[in-house]
Amino acid sequence: MTAFLAVIGRDLRLATRVGGDALTLVLFFVMVGVIVPFAIGPDSATLSRLAPGIVWIAAFLSMLLGLDRLFRADDEDGSLTLFRHAALPLEAIVAAKVIAHWLLTALPLIVASPILAVLLAMDFAAWEKTVLSLLLGTPGLVALGTIGAAVTVSLRRGGLIAPVLILPLSIPILIFGTGAIAAGNPDGISNAALLFLSAISLVTLVLAPFAAALALRLSED
Amino acid sequence: MTPLPPRTLKLDALAGKRGEKLLFSGVSLTLAAGQVAELRGPNGAGKTTLLMIVAGVVRPAAGKVSIEGGDPEGRTETDIGYFAHRPAIKARLTVAENLRFWAALNGNPPESILPALETVGLAPIADLDAGNLSAGQTRRLALARLIVSDRPIWLMDEPTAALDAQGEALVAKLIDAHLDRGGLVLAATHHELGLAHPSQTLVLGQPLVAA
Repeated sequence: MTAFLAVIGRDLRLATRVGGDALTLVLFFVMVGVIVPFAIGPDSATLSRLAPGIVWIAAFLSMLLGLDRLFRADDEDGSLTLFRHAALPLEAIVAAKVIAHWLLTALPLIVASPILAVLLAMDFAAWEKTVLSLLLGTPGLVALGTIGAAVTVSLRRGGLIAPVLILPLSIPILIFGTGAIAAGNPDGISNAALLFLSAISLVTLVLAPFAAALALRLSED
Repeated sequence: MTPLPPRTLKLDALAGKRGEKLLFSGVSLTLAAGQVAELRGPNGAGKTTLLMIVAGVVRPAAGKVSIEGGDPEGRTETDIGYFAHRPAIKARLTVAENLRFWAALNGNPPESILPALETVGLAPIADLDAGNLSAGQTRRLALARLIVSDRPIWLMDEPTAALDAQGEALVAKLIDAHLDRGGLVLAATHHELGLAHPSQTLVLGQPLVAA
């Protein structure tokens, strides 16, 4: 357990020391929200109808952009090779990195979501649902992204390949994520979407460490 | 001085490839607890590739590596301490934080880092960011990581590279101490390591010669 926490602690410490690194994704997320009213006009009825989808797309894109840093630095300085020999199995190290990555890329977006809610004229109930669906959906997104990052880590300059690879696979998360908050839905449908979203997240979270560890083991060959 | 768990490392008719090029074949070697082998050969002979195969990072083109003496059900990876060219050190963490991370990851207590830092001579700058270290100091920190990892099998890729004369003597001292504890060492090197223990020499592409 100490080893598991050490991995999380190291990643958090590294990201916060760099400064700005975690912040850029949040800025990107907020800026998508800022430019949308310019593109589709300031009509608040239209905006609030589109808001859930926009928030999800903004979160989706900012998280995909952050994927590359999951394993890149560890690959470059040789840590990834040494992780294979660690007392903590590689699968557990990957799981710890998934948690750290979620804390660094998803949680700040959720914290920043009230800004988007104001910009997009969301009411409080819709914002609450958005936060709930982001909380349930983003772990799955990170887990899927981890597989993509692990598969592409051996490609130098593979920066945007992981997002392109993972985007089609994560469409279900987007569908159920926005489905859960779509305005005017009767409660029954909304709950079903939330349950599906949780199911997808749980399944991918369980599978991702094993799939990603396998990809990492094969990456040097 | 706690003894290390006794292990035997066996390389059986190994062949290694880098890309499509066959670098070496038919390399066999047996190292028992307390033995050391120096791996020699010109640049590009496949020394690093051989170490990576033994470390389980690259698959051999033929032959196999076995580590005997451990729990047959357990993972043999945790017997290996790999001292590679890339230091696995984060520039933005301090020297002590880097070391504490690797100690924790390998299940060793955080107190183990201080003696290791003193051994490699980095104790006075334990709180400095590792990014400020020179190439030689970074190698010393990587040596300290090898010490805190506490593994019976050391695979060392040019352990004396970037080190000063004192550093070279330190490497020899560490290897000798490791062998005294019943560890075993496979080191790729271009220089005489100056060990107190007798070492085997494995020249890639040529048969094994005992020194």
